[in-house]
Amino acid sequence: MPHTPIDRLARATPPSVAARVRGLSDRTIAWLFVAPTIFLLLAINIFPLIWTVRLSFTNYAANRPGREVEWVGLRNYERILTDDGIWANMQTTAHFLLWTIALQVVIGFTLAWLINRKFKGNDLVTTLIVLPMMLSPAVVGNFWTFLYQPQIGLINYVVELFTGIPASSFSMLGAGGLAKWSIIIVDTWMWTPFVMLICLAGLRSIPDYIYEAAEIDRASKWRQFWTITVPMVLPFLMLAVLFRGIENFKMFDMVVLLTGGGPGNETLLASIDLKREAFEKWRTGYSSAYAIILFVTVFGLASIYVKALNKVKER
Amino acid sequence: MKGRLLTATAAAALLSAGAASAQSNELTLCWAAWDPANALVELSKDFEAQSGIKMNFEFVPWPNFADRMLNELNSGGQLCDLLIGDSQWIGGSAENGHYVKLNDFFASENISMDDFAPATVYAYSTWPKGTPNYYALPAMGDANGWFYRKDWFARPEIQAAFKEKYGRDLGEPKTQKELLEIAQFFQGREIDGQTVYGASIFTERGSEGITMGATGALYAWGFKYENTPGKYDMEGAVNSPAAVEALEFYKELYKTGTPPGYDNAYMEQSLDAFKSGQVAMAMNWFAFFPGLYADPNTGGDKIDFFVNPPQNVAASTLGGQGLSVVSYTDNMDGALAYVKWFAQPDVQAKWWSMGGYSCHNSVLNDPGFKDSAPFAGDFLEAMGGVQDFWQEPAYASLLLAMQERLHNYIVADQGTAQEALDGLIADWTEVFEDEGKL
Repeated sequence: MPHTPIDRLARATPPSVAARVRGLSDRTIAWLFVAPTIFLLLAINIFPLIWTVRLSFTNYAANRPGREVEWVGLRNYERILTDDGIWANMQTTAHFLLWTIALQVVIGFTLAWLINRKFKGNDLVTTLIVLPMMLSPAVVGNFWTFLYQPQIGLINYVVELFTGIPASSFSMLGAGGLAKWSIIIVDTWMWTPFVMLICLAGLRSIPDYIYEAAEIDRASKWRQFWTITVPMVLPFLMLAVLFRGIENFKMFDMVVLLTGGGPGNETLLASIDLKREAFEKWRTGYSSAYAIILFVTVFGLASIYVKALNKVKER
Repeated sequence: MKGRLLTATAAAALLSAGAASAQSNELTLCWAAWDPANALVELSKDFEAQSGIKMNFEFVPWPNFADRMLNELNSGGQLCDLLIGDSQWIGGSAENGHYVKLNDFFASENISMDDFAPATVYAYSTWPKGTPNYYALPAMGDANGWFYRKDWFARPEIQAAFKEKYGRDLGEPKTQKELLEIAQFFQGREIDGQTVYGASIFTERGSEGITMGATGALYAWGFKYENTPGKYDMEGAVNSPAAVEALEFYKELYKTGTPPGYDNAYMEQSLDAFKSGQVAMAMNWFAFFPGLYADPNTGGDKIDFFVNPPQNVAASTLGGQGLSVVSYTDNMDGALAYVKWFAQPDVQAKWWSMGGYSCHNSVLNDPGFKDSAPFAGDFLEAMGGVQDFWQEPAYASLLLAMQERLHNYIVADQGTAQEALDGLIADWTEVFEDEGKL
């Protein structure tokens, strides 16, 4: 007679209970196992989402519990979509998103391509390059604020060194026109290593024999790059773009620490504006509609992108 | 077994009762983290000794103070039994039931609001404004003032250079335009081998900084929020020619008289700029003046103070806070006992001597008050002409709209002063319409 713990447990199970369990189908047992997770998912994700949709049709303000909540229909959505300020914030977000992704892809891929070559100290260089992404955004925001400081900051002195423009005559974070590029530089510095790592994984997944076959066929290095390297790394690169796109669409902490959305509204990203509406102005209904619009935008764009990614993978 | 269970249950019940009793013998007072808060900790030791109630303190840095505390109130949190909240919060906190109405308590304890400076009672205690409905005891009088490097102003070569340029002696500015001239005079000047700048002013974007700074100029030009108080008729008041001129002035001061990089500066940055010897003048709240005077490097005989200079009228931006009892406290008796203790004239006198700004008439009207500190006379003068921002329940929306409009115009160079103020009226109109007041 076997003496494993399961056998002992089976023998100890009262016949009446055993009969009941035997009566359950595999499908029912599977549901029993996943039910707690589904319940948590509904409670933590789905219910708040539905509640937010409901609030978005009201004038509810979380800081005014005594005020009567009115059903305002689509008025919140109408006000948001016809608000020039919000469209300007969307443009600011798009500018930040497109430039950070473009720079991170180009620099990240280049770094990965260089790191992928065998050379002495390769591991040390890789470790040093990935250091920025290991830092907290709060730390990054604070020390780049010092680097950008016109009187004591390194950046202004470097600019003065190369251009002759006096260091204290301009402010990277305060001047109109410069601030939006300053936050792009910081995000690129911080997150290019992430793109590089994903590209590196892609480059290292390409079997050597493909390049060897190309060499036999006398394909040039340029040709090998465009017909082997780029297509085979592309799915990895697209994945990196997806991650960075979603992350930067909801970028908040680093930009708040660097500029607070200023000067004026020059770096006021949609996520920062949403936080102000929801938790500083306490326009809960209005900000719920704002959040739904942002959610639909990200969800829609991400869905289209994932379909494109799958097509690239199938090729 | 059952006996043991009963014993354990009884012990647990006793422990819980003990914990509850200990909790009701404690109070938590919430305020901003700054110099006066440290003075209050010391002062409150007297209350602890007299009452046997242990005082805990929750001090939040200014940039996060409003966010943190308003979230606490809005969620009905029990962190704070007592709150020294900003004057602008009183409307919302009274209407939403966060603060206890203190009229009956004041009457039963013979605490009279006539014993406090009228401007502070109006600003820190009443809602609706000016009515005898009290939700706070005036705790910390404050206004935005100025301080300067007296030692630099006194140097003969600097005096001579200033007189040659402006044809008058260099001294404390008597008008806003004189202040601008002095700031421009010092801007980029070499003093002791170091490049110095004119003035450090408030330009902060995130919370309330640029509004508190720019209103110093706006009020001095005669800015009003409404043509008729209580009517919300802002057209012609908020965007009057005088208001436009004041805003243009503040922008010129920022562009031509402040250190580089001070585009998001508030209290802390103003103090840093002055203490590090970068600026000849700086604006800040009177609350910081005792600490500035005591500074070993730039205080003492190197510093002096002046009230926000008038232009068309004498006026200063109001700061300061009232002491309120939070409705959600589980130690109401203890909280009220603290308010009663704090209202006593001898406690108020000690409060002033320790660095707090008492609003009690027995302190302010004392013949020796003006000479009790180098800034005491300026404080009295400033409090005689203070003006405050909207104290409406929707003040946060009103404030953020002004922050945005002012920063866009002054720092980010977007549009004109007229457009900024016209836009502000549009923003505020929308808020008041949402509130059902227009």
